[in-house]
Amino acid sequence: MPAIEILGLEKTYHVGFWRKRPKCALKPLRLQVEEGEVFGFLGPNGAGKTTTLKLLMGLVFPTSGSARILGHAWDDPAIKAQIGFLPEQPYFYDYLTAHELLTYYGRLSGMGSEEIAQHLDATLELVGLRDVKGLQLRKFSKGMLQRCGIAQAILHHPKVIFLDEPMSGLDPVGRREVRDLIVRLKQQGKTIFFSTHILADAEALCDRVAVVHQGELRGVATVAELTAKVQGKIEIVWQGTSVPASIRVLSGEYHITGDTARATIAENQQDPAIDALRREHLRLISITPVRASLEDYFVERLQRAETSAGGKA
Amino acid sequence: MSARIIAIASNTFREAVRDRVLYNLIAFALLLSGAAVLVGEISIDIEKLVVINLGLTAVSLFGIVIAIFIGIQLVSKEIEKRTLYTVLSRPVRRWEFIVGKFFGLTGTLVVNTFFMAIGVFAALLYVEHKLVGPDAMILTALYFIILQFMLICSLALLFSSFSSPLLSAVFTFALFVIGSFADDLRNFAALTHGLTRWIAMGLAYLVPNFSAFNIIGAVAHGQPVAVSLVAHNSAYALLYSAAVLAGAVLVFEHRNLK
Repeated sequence: MPAIEILGLEKTYHVGFWRKRPKCALKPLRLQVEEGEVFGFLGPNGAGKTTTLKLLMGLVFPTSGSARILGHAWDDPAIKAQIGFLPEQPYFYDYLTAHELLTYYGRLSGMGSEEIAQHLDATLELVGLRDVKGLQLRKFSKGMLQRCGIAQAILHHPKVIFLDEPMSGLDPVGRREVRDLIVRLKQQGKTIFFSTHILADAEALCDRVAVVHQGELRGVATVAELTAKVQGKIEIVWQGTSVPASIRVLSGEYHITGDTARATIAENQQDPAIDALRREHLRLISITPVRASLEDYFVERLQRAETSAGGKA
Repeated sequence: MSARIIAIASNTFREAVRDRVLYNLIAFALLLSGAAVLVGEISIDIEKLVVINLGLTAVSLFGIVIAIFIGIQLVSKEIEKRTLYTVLSRPVRRWEFIVGKFFGLTGTLVVNTFFMAIGVFAALLYVEHKLVGPDAMILTALYFIILQFMLICSLALLFSSFSSPLLSAVFTFALFVIGSFADDLRNFAALTHGLTRWIAMGLAYLVPNFSAFNIIGAVAHGQPVAVSLVAHNSAYALLYSAAVLAGAVLVFEHRNLK
């Protein structure tokens, strides 16, 4: 059974003074996330990531479509006891201490006092906040608040965890900590659905990713599958300090270090580049494929989307 | 009552208690009760009347300010700060959130009224050197003041569920002022004819009748309060608040939290 099934969820807002102008925030979205999977939901700002999460959390109502979480209707309040949610740039009641905050959320999740007491310290320990559990949240740093947000999302041992931009606004150390936490949650068998526009995080953590842009799903696959679709590049290295004219034309970037030169060119330009070196009697040292990153894929998809939109216009 | 409603109510109470503005208001109300003593000292033979009048008016006035000030922010602040997102992503129904908020704020006002009432009784004791049986009527006036707070809390919550804090404050305060003259509105309706009469009468019955809860003058003059009035006001406040809360729930149930 899939952990999350999104069955054509769609959201159109009506904007303007008379609320007559429709603005599509999310086109019908179909998506399936398996149990135990870390699923990345990628897209630039305003792509529809937060709208999707708000729809799944029942914070906004869909124009059409539905979803199922762990086999139950997404708007069934009972299923929410199995869900953890961290909103983007979370803000919590800053007059509460971390201990009080988690107790409050525990009660809202239907946990009894004993159960809360049992899990509270362990959860704070997991997110590295046990030593500051008596401190009011107004004295917390942004990273501490983010970790506190994750703590409230996992306190009740949910099976599915939704995280909206969990690394946003964090310093490198904070990002690393949150990444490690996600890895630990995956090891515990949780299903994690997180949205991000930081591609390196998605690349490091996700089993599969979906790319969404302008409210529309552009692709779903593993990171490896997606990056394989991108036109690859190769790095070609040769002995000598001269760069053949044809390689200068083919390559956007070339460097000369000591008595070796290197240039990065498109994979399909490999043969003409080797021919050029041969003609100039330059000795080839190596040809190495340059791994396409998720960013390459992402940029390519967005460019393609913009081109097709321009073509239609 | 569900554990979730109690949790939301307790959190609302805790927020209000930890809000420093609240303490300023309470301190100011107690100061006004103290001032009643001074005014009472210079009001020969009517010290008691002045102390009760001023003291209870201070309790009522500051309670209303607190009810409006906190009530209008109950929902909008949670949306603006996005704390509502983590609450509603739990097994919490939207109506439970509204009801929890209502009980939390009403509870806060009951506790505030308790402390401010201590100030009023202390001022009375200072002026009269003793409390007598009829002074217990002050408790009835305080009870009616709390019923007024219930009505204001529900109205503030209703407006807070769909409009900005500023507009909510304006709407709630306007209804409070109109409701304080509900009896006059009814008298006016009785003097008119035809459609005007129907509209005036409809309005008079639609707005909350705050004038029925104001017995401060009667209590200050030592007049007894009829049991039927207590029963009528209790039932009215309960039913009116419930109806307004139902309206707030209806609006909030369909609201997109953008």
